[in-house]
Amino acid sequence: MQQGKISIQNLDLHFGKHHILKNVNIEIPENQLTVILGPSGCGKTTLMKTLNRLVELEETVKINGKIFLDNEDILNTDKDVTEIRKKMGLLSQRPSPLPMSIYNNIAYGLRINGISGRRKLTPLVEKYLRQVNLWDEVKDRLKDPATRLSIGQQQRLCLARGLAVNPEIILADEPTSALDPLSASIVEKQFAELKKDYTLVMVTHVLRQARRIADYVVFMYLGEVIEQGPVKEFFENPKMEKTREYLKGAFN
Amino acid sequence: MALKFRKFKDRFSSLWIKIALFFVVLLPVVITLSLLYKSSVVLETNGLKELLFSSVWRPLAGQFGFWPFIVSSLWVTILGLLITAPICMFSAIFLTQYGSARLLRFMQPVIDILAGIPSVIYGVWGILIIVPMVGRYLAPLFGIESTGFSILAGGLVLSVMLIPFILNILIEVFKTVPVELSEASLSLGATKWQTIKFVVVRKSFAGITSAFGLGLSRAFGETIAVLMVVGNVVGVPKGIFDPGYPLPALIANNYGEMLSIPMYDSALMFAALILLVVVMFFNFLSRVVIIRLEKKV
Repeated sequence: MQQGKISIQNLDLHFGKHHILKNVNIEIPENQLTVILGPSGCGKTTLMKTLNRLVELEETVKINGKIFLDNEDILNTDKDVTEIRKKMGLLSQRPSPLPMSIYNNIAYGLRINGISGRRKLTPLVEKYLRQVNLWDEVKDRLKDPATRLSIGQQQRLCLARGLAVNPEIILADEPTSALDPLSASIVEKQFAELKKDYTLVMVTHVLRQARRIADYVVFMYLGEVIEQGPVKEFFENPKMEKTREYLKGAFN
Repeated sequence: MALKFRKFKDRFSSLWIKIALFFVVLLPVVITLSLLYKSSVVLETNGLKELLFSSVWRPLAGQFGFWPFIVSSLWVTILGLLITAPICMFSAIFLTQYGSARLLRFMQPVIDILAGIPSVIYGVWGILIIVPMVGRYLAPLFGIESTGFSILAGGLVLSVMLIPFILNILIEVFKTVPVELSEASLSLGATKWQTIKFVVVRKSFAGITSAFGLGLSRAFGETIAVLMVVGNVVGVPKGIFDPGYPLPALIANNYGEMLSIPMYDSALMFAALILLVVVMFFNFLSRVVIIRLEKKV
């Protein structure tokens, strides 16, 4: 039975001969921030990309198992994959502004989803830029290419762009690792705000960050889920030996 | 002692690097100057305007109007590029965005082989296949009588020759678009085609421009294959089924043959000068476009 917003059940994933995800079972609670923790190469990013099915762009991938979103299996379905992807905003490690103006970076997703005309678009663009505290910094240069923004601003723009298509879930893959400390803390604060309306899943390997902002923690090692639970329990009373070692920093 | 020797080697190597560079820079200057010098005779007697825009081609009377040749060259080049553009764009998009990595690995040597075929072979193929096809089937479709040796035949042969050249560049251009960009677009709910159209192609605009800019220069200068199928009749072509006589064909056909006619060699040098200037202009133009586009994206 499903308990969370997203329920991953018996998920196995292969790239060719490599077994990347091994019988993964995770319950991601609604309107909370779930942090996926683990050393590099443990399958965190692959797991994220499996959730919004971007992983299927890889040629050699083979997926078995089930992922339920609101009791609906999104892996084994005839439903249009773009509909599924739209429900999950993706924030990647390095910001990836689209090759167009700041304004159009936000308007792009809106247009794709059927909203057109400056009169309708402009207030929405402003709304989402305000939501990520970027409006005041860019309001006078909306026509500039998005690549001229600083990296921190770009990442917030990407967040706003994702929010603009009304996702239910936000997937973030080490969203602050390429940012300066100030921009990172802005993004972190925004994540705390966003919990009210969205379910957040974030990959990180920074323990302090996980402890600071997570509600629920999933610890992965070499493609397996070792332990998962509420943040307090996870950090203060880890059940598995591997988790204890990782928290002590033994893996680095 | 050892240090002195090393310093000497250092100075020596930087010297010959500069000399090598000097030669590279000197080459186009020398070519342009010598063409100018050689064509000065015909320029003095006929005048630049007369040479470029007159259609009177009477070498024996000392009248050299290059307009028919310039128009033929432009027709063939533009036609070739128009035919090749969609083929190259769609193939490059398919190979880099839809096809498997294996297909791309298989196709790349195939494209290289196409690029390596000598142009005279494309010319022979043009005479055997394209010219009869144009003369027997395409022209009658429009109610026109044509031998088949025509601007269209030249454009078709040229377009085939341009495919490997432009396709190779386009593939490299599309490959450099980061996957993250496509992923970002897809995760906003865009379809694959929307992603390609608005993100991949847009990001590659500068590269696409330079691919076609280089293709344009190459097409304009292509000589032998075009010469073999285009008819080589002096006159301003009025349609694509008319024969034409592009500038490179004029030079190749006549240099060394007609030099007993006074000023003829000077006129041919002027034709070469036009070619050079036009190609330089195309290169300059695409460079300007690239710089402007890169500022925008």
